[in-house]
Amino acid sequence: MYRFIYYKSLRMCNRSHSTSFNKWESVVGLEVHALLNTNSKLFSGAQNTFGGVVNSCVSLFDAAIPGTLPVLNRKCVELGIKTALALSCKVNEVSSLDRKHYFYADLPAGYQITQQRAPLASDGVINFQVFTPGFHKKPYKKSSKIKQIQLEQDSGKSLHDAELKRSLVDLNRAGAPLIEVVFEPDLQDGEEAAALVKELVLIVQRLGACTGRMEEGALRVDANVSIRRPGDPLSTRTEIKNIGSIRGVAGAVRYEIERQKTVLENGGRIINETRAWDAVGRATIPMRDKEVVQDYRYMPEPNLPPLRVNLKSKHDTQHVISVPLIQEQIPELPESSRKNLIENYQLRPEAAIQIVNEPILLKYFVDLAEERSQSTKIANLLINELLTVLNKNKLDISDCPITLRQLKELFKLFFDKKISLEVFKNVLDDLVISSDSDKMPSKIIQERNWTLISDETEITKFCIEIIENNPKLVKQYKEGKVKVLKALLGVMSKNSQNKFDMSLASRIMEEVLKK
Amino acid sequence: MNKLSSYTIKEIHRAYRDKILTPTSFVDLCLQKAIQSIELNAFTTITDDEAESHAIESEKRLYVDRKPKTLDGITIGIKDNFCTSNIPTTCGSEMLKNFVPTYNATVYARLRKAGACLVGKCNLDEFAMGSGTIDSIFGPTRNPWQYERNNWKIAGGSSGGSAVAVTTGSCVAAIGSDTGGSTRNPAALCGVVGLKPSYGLVSRYGLIPLVNSMDVPGILTRDIDDCVAVLNSVAGPDDLDSTTIKRDYKPIEIQDIDMSSVKIGIPKEYHCEGMDREVIDTWSYVSDILEKENCIVKQVSLPYSSASIVVYSILNQCEVASNMARYDGIEYGLRTDETYSTEELYASSRLRGFSEVVRSRILTGNYFLLTRNYNKYFIKALKLRRLISDDFNKVFNGEDKVDLLLTPTTLSDAPSYEDFSLKNNRDQCAFQDFCTQPANMAGIPAVSIPIRLSKNGLPLSLQLMGPMFSEELMLNVAKKIESIVKFPSFDNTTLADKFVKI
Repeated sequence: MYRFIYYKSLRMCNRSHSTSFNKWESVVGLEVHALLNTNSKLFSGAQNTFGGVVNSCVSLFDAAIPGTLPVLNRKCVELGIKTALALSCKVNEVSSLDRKHYFYADLPAGYQITQQRAPLASDGVINFQVFTPGFHKKPYKKSSKIKQIQLEQDSGKSLHDAELKRSLVDLNRAGAPLIEVVFEPDLQDGEEAAALVKELVLIVQRLGACTGRMEEGALRVDANVSIRRPGDPLSTRTEIKNIGSIRGVAGAVRYEIERQKTVLENGGRIINETRAWDAVGRATIPMRDKEVVQDYRYMPEPNLPPLRVNLKSKHDTQHVISVPLIQEQIPELPESSRKNLIENYQLRPEAAIQIVNEPILLKYFVDLAEERSQSTKIANLLINELLTVLNKNKLDISDCPITLRQLKELFKLFFDKKISLEVFKNVLDDLVISSDSDKMPSKIIQERNWTLISDETEITKFCIEIIENNPKLVKQYKEGKVKVLKALLGVMSKNSQNKFDMSLASRIMEEVLKK
Repeated sequence: MNKLSSYTIKEIHRAYRDKILTPTSFVDLCLQKAIQSIELNAFTTITDDEAESHAIESEKRLYVDRKPKTLDGITIGIKDNFCTSNIPTTCGSEMLKNFVPTYNATVYARLRKAGACLVGKCNLDEFAMGSGTIDSIFGPTRNPWQYERNNWKIAGGSSGGSAVAVTTGSCVAAIGSDTGGSTRNPAALCGVVGLKPSYGLVSRYGLIPLVNSMDVPGILTRDIDDCVAVLNSVAGPDDLDSTTIKRDYKPIEIQDIDMSSVKIGIPKEYHCEGMDREVIDTWSYVSDILEKENCIVKQVSLPYSSASIVVYSILNQCEVASNMARYDGIEYGLRTDETYSTEELYASSRLRGFSEVVRSRILTGNYFLLTRNYNKYFIKALKLRRLISDDFNKVFNGEDKVDLLLTPTTLSDAPSYEDFSLKNNRDQCAFQDFCTQPANMAGIPAVSIPIRLSKNGLPLSLQLMGPMFSEELMLNVAKKIESIVKFPSFDNTTLADKFVKI
């Protein structure tokens, strides 16, 4: 079998209108599919896993074998409700499931079970901070309303072998549990869209509802983009499907806004179409021939009774889930964490955002800051030094191999002035490279002979040596050029391989010079 | 010896205990009946290997372990739209001709667990779409009553194979499915008992659906006691079917009930145009009997009855359109050699796999489900369905309520194949299902009971309907009627003379 996807080239009108100086306003709305982190699928007992052997996690129901019936997985409903509550949604007492029909090789039943008429939850809001270092000078608060959250099945995967002219289907993902979060078009640009997605990832991760691993397709974003003149009603939108990374969201939306501007300014017309984000080419491209409008012929799923939940009490039964009971299990959310860092640890908003954006960083920070008062310093060390070292070694922060025990010792050594900042960085580098949780920083420092010298006599002796070897600089200093002190200290730090406590060294050097 | 194949379950079990009969010898006898009546085309597959090995298991439990199960050594036929592991399940369709499931439908699994022995899979209209069992790729099933090779009556449908298998004594009981009357209609035309249980009482898991919201597994037997025995072993909650009721099933008991406390309603709307005089007379005959038994018999009204058949038709086609979407030739079923594109593969597989009856229902259903038509047809039909269901509620629960309703099952005795096939499938169903499909719309239980023979020598049957989960009372009253009317069962001892010589 083969399937055709038409990649149409951009068609633009050559006639140009000179109205480009007029301002455009862009409108962005997102639809996010999050794969629920459950053992089994939404309606079957097959394993819900990523990366299994092809077609090894497929139940009879997932392959749409005639006569099989769906059985709703309670855990999926719980995680859906948990997410809905974390996003301040109104959980619906009764929701229902519908069939959405379309033919596709990786959709075995010929329909997807979703929630079209009465979703699990509706009317929520997400509050988040928009701050991309290097793009924004300061963070700002933004919020987007949530129209609804619905439970639905994922489809399988088609693999097209153009050479052998055949298609292969993997049904491991078929029937996997998704929630679709539909946001109102409340955003303006790609950075806001990316920040929203980042916040959502953090929330679902905290809830344990979804791994948030976009690279595995556990969270996929569709972006609806349109532009208009300020004050005008919403105009024709395009939909960018299945964007698989946060920076991809920013890039795709930005590209699409610019593309639409160009089309309109050249007298063209935006057509309602589905586009894909080409992450390599960094462009959105038309996905399928949209001349034929799909009618999904929705129909209630007759094999599943309406889904009822208990909104009023903590009485939980096998068939009716208590929502207040789930409400109790909601952990602290990123927005509160940031507030906490700013109010109780006196961090700047920028630092708070960056720390909260990386769950590991936050964990490091909270544990390190527990033991000492220099919270700002800790935050800066984490954001600047740790992230730099990880970047240098091309490691994702979530894969940071350093244990809290190692980090605690390293910070103590630094704050106790046993090591210099340089040694601190070097040790971090060593810890990252060796990835050995048993190797303690003190051991590394000892082995490498990096211990900071704070013995005054030894430092004095070394200072004298430096002074003797650098008569020129000493002369300048004595003539009043006090700045030269820095140069002398530089020589000292270089010659000593960063082993001196430099604040102490600086004081002693001055004293010796003044003698 | 041949009379043994008309024995009831109780009689068979007694014969097993007395060693007049053993499960293996009885199964052989049934298989023999199935072969003798092969010309009637009741089976799509005769499962002689399974039947014999099941019989051996029963024999061991009976005579070695001495722990017999409730249906040990009882032969059954299963309509060929219930999945049976390692046994072809065709739905009478080209599409599933080669489909061999890897799992058992709950109904079959429970019957096996109770010790029943599978004789074969029973013929049906393609995907159960019909009321005559004439639209199957295996050819029509023929009614054994008044059978002549060149002039035979239809068996009714769509569970015609199941009804004929029971009538001929090829099995003691058969499972059918009932969406609009598909169990009761052939039972009525073949002169056997046909039960449509309440929706949700018996699991649909493994039943290849026609209309999910109306389908129920049906039971066909030669008498009410057997029907109850089968129901008691298949009914009850099933985790694999979310629409089954959650509470535990309490087995039904047949006892001598006080008929004077029973109120029977005669819905006047069922006295419809085209109903045969003999059917109306039979109806009066039984209502008179009930009155004589001190039942309170009175006329009631179900005003929305006339809308039922149209509503049924719309909802049926919508669900069919959806349920048939899975047959694309990719995972299982017929796949053509088409390689131009996936879409072409779908189109050619579905064209070849489905008959015109199936295709036209799919097309119509999809038309009704289009966004622009959804409210006009589907939603309207659902609203009417609610009104039809409310009609029953009022009659059963309102002021002046009745316990059960008595109506004909079909409008006439079994039509000849010649007459029947003059009409198209849609009109056949609209006519045949008139009295039966309202029960499916409301989900309520109904049972067809053979009463007497028409002047043509064909069975005439009536139907009892009751409120949801009222099977116990309904079947007790049915038993009472059965014992009074003494329907002359089909004499299957003549089968050998009829067919084998030919």
